[in-house]
Amino acid sequence: MPAKAEEVIFSAKVKGVLKMSENLILELVDRYLNGEMTAAERAEFEILRKKDANVDSKVIEHKLFIGLIKQYGERLELEQRLDAIHSEIDVHSLKEELMIHPNWIVSLWRHHHSKISVAASIAIFAILSTLFFTGKLNNHDSSFVELKQEIGKTKDQAKLLDRKLDGLIKSSNTPEKSKITNPGNFRGTGFALSSNGYIATNYHVIKDADSVYVQNAAGESFHAKVIYTEPQYDIAILQINDDSFKDLGNVPYNFKKSVSDLGENVYTFGYPGGEEVFGPGSLTAATGYHGDTLNYQISIPVDYGNSGGPLLDDKGNLIGVIRGLQTQVAGAAFAVKSAYLLKTIQNIPADSLSKSLTLSTKNTLAGLSRPQQLKKLKNYVFMVKVY
Amino acid sequence: MNRDLKASAPTDSEIVLGILNNSEIVLKRLYTTYFPMILQLIINNNGNEDEAKDIYQEAIIVLYNKVKSGEFELSSKLKTYIYSVCRRLWLKRLSQMNRYGGDIRDFEEYLPVDDEVEKHNDRDIQFNKMEAALQLLGEPCKTIMEDFYIHNRSMQEICERFGYTNADNAKTQKYKCLQRLKKLFFQQK
Repeated sequence: MPAKAEEVIFSAKVKGVLKMSENLILELVDRYLNGEMTAAERAEFEILRKKDANVDSKVIEHKLFIGLIKQYGERLELEQRLDAIHSEIDVHSLKEELMIHPNWIVSLWRHHHSKISVAASIAIFAILSTLFFTGKLNNHDSSFVELKQEIGKTKDQAKLLDRKLDGLIKSSNTPEKSKITNPGNFRGTGFALSSNGYIATNYHVIKDADSVYVQNAAGESFHAKVIYTEPQYDIAILQINDDSFKDLGNVPYNFKKSVSDLGENVYTFGYPGGEEVFGPGSLTAATGYHGDTLNYQISIPVDYGNSGGPLLDDKGNLIGVIRGLQTQVAGAAFAVKSAYLLKTIQNIPADSLSKSLTLSTKNTLAGLSRPQQLKKLKNYVFMVKVY
Repeated sequence: MNRDLKASAPTDSEIVLGILNNSEIVLKRLYTTYFPMILQLIINNNGNEDEAKDIYQEAIIVLYNKVKSGEFELSSKLKTYIYSVCRRLWLKRLSQMNRYGGDIRDFEEYLPVDDEVEKHNDRDIQFNKMEAALQLLGEPCKTIMEDFYIHNRSMQEICERFGYTNADNAKTQKYKCLQRLKKLFFQQK
C-alpha cells in the first residue's frame, strides 16, 4: 500500500533525525506548520518534538521567524495601500486651510527676527554712544557748573603757611585764640541769616562733608554744623557751634520775599579765590538755566568759590544765593531766588533749632554807598570750608 | 449609498468591523476622515506635510494591528485614540530631531498611549532588520523568500519563475536562502 510505504519512509527519516540535514528538518517543520502533514505524520512529529528539545526549539524559532517575515510582508502591503489612499488627498490645499496663519507682525517677526534684533541693537548702540560722546548721558549738565571750589594741593600748602603765620601774629597780639585750620577740601561762600550764628550756603558746597568750618573776614574759623538741607533748592542751613563764636550783631540786610525786576543792579560778595571779592552786575532774567523758575539769571563775574554767596540789590535787600554759571554763555550765572531761601528756612523742623532763628527785617545798608555797604557786609559773609 | 452618506465620517464600530473584514472602502474612509486633524497637528508644531503623512500612517498601522489582533476595545473615541498616538509619535520624533521646544500646540484631547507606541516601535525595529537582511540576501534568494513566505506562492510556481529543472533543486535553494536570511537577520545587533 502506497500510503503505508510512505509512512515507513517517514518514520525512518524521523528516527534518523540527528543525521538529517538542516534543510530536511526545515522542510518537515514547514510542512508541520503549514498543516500539510497527515494525521499520523503529525502525531509522530509531535512525539519527536517532545523527545528532542533541539527539534522543539527549531520549530518555535522557525515559527517566529516565518511569522515575522509574513508580518513584514503584511506591513509592506498595508503601507502600499495607505500610500495609494494618501495620493488621492489634496494635501496642499488642505495644508493652506489648516495652517494657523499668524498675523503679519508675528510672521514678520518669525521670518526676520534675527535681522530685526541686529538692527535694534545697532540702533540702541548708536544712540547710546552718541549720547555718551556728546556728554548728554551725564546727569551733570556739562554747560552748568556749580561754583564750589576744589583746592589744589600746592596752593593749599602755601595758604596754610600764610594762615599759620597770621595765626601766630594774631595769637601773639590778641589774648583770644582763634582756630587755625587748613583751608579744607572744598570752598564756598556762606552768609549769616541771624546774629546768633545761622548761616546759609549752597547744598552742593557741603554735601558729602565730614565736617564744615566757616571762616570770617578776619580769618577766624569756627566749627559749624549742617542743621538742614533742601537739595532741590540747592540750599543748606548751617549753625556755628563753636565756643569762640561771639554774637555777630544785627544782620544789616533783609530778605526780599517778592521777585526782583529785570535790569536791577545787583552785586555779590564772596571768597572765590580764598580772598574776599566784590562782584557787581545786573539781573538779566527771571528764570534760570533752561528756563527753570527756581533761579535768576544774572550777569555777574563769579568764579569757583562764589557758590552760596549772597546776591544783593542796590538797596541792600538779599534777593538770592549765588549758585552756578553757564559755561557756554559768557557772563551768565545763576542764583537761587530768596523766596526759596525763605521757604527752606520755614521748612526747618523746630527741634533742629537750638537757638531761635530770627531773620532781620531791618535794612541798615539802604542809602549807604557801595564801599560802605561792603564794609558792613563783609562781617556777615563767611568762607565755607569742607573736610 | 449616496454621496453625502459616503462623505460623512464613518462610525467607530463601522471602522473596526471594516478593518476586520479587510474592507478597502472603510480603510479609505478612515484614512481620509482623520488625516486633516493630524496634518493640522504636525504643521502647526514644527512639521511639514511629509512628516504628517509618516506619522499618520504609523498611527493607522498601530490601530490596524491592534484591531486585527483583537486587542482593540472601543473604550474611547477612535478619533481621540488616533490623535493620541500621533501626538506621542510626533513628540518622540521632535525630540529625536532636537526640534522639540518643550511645548506642543494641541487641537484635541488625548490619552496616554505610551505602551502602544513602544510596542509599535519594537516591532518596527524588527521589520527594519528584516528589510535590511532581505536587502543583504540579494537575488534570487530575496524573491524566492518573498514569493514563498509573503505571497504564499507554491514551490511549483517558484520553480517555473526561476527555471529550476525540478522541484527538489528549488527546495534546496529555498532552504539555503532561508538559512542565510536567518543568519543575516540575527547577526544585526
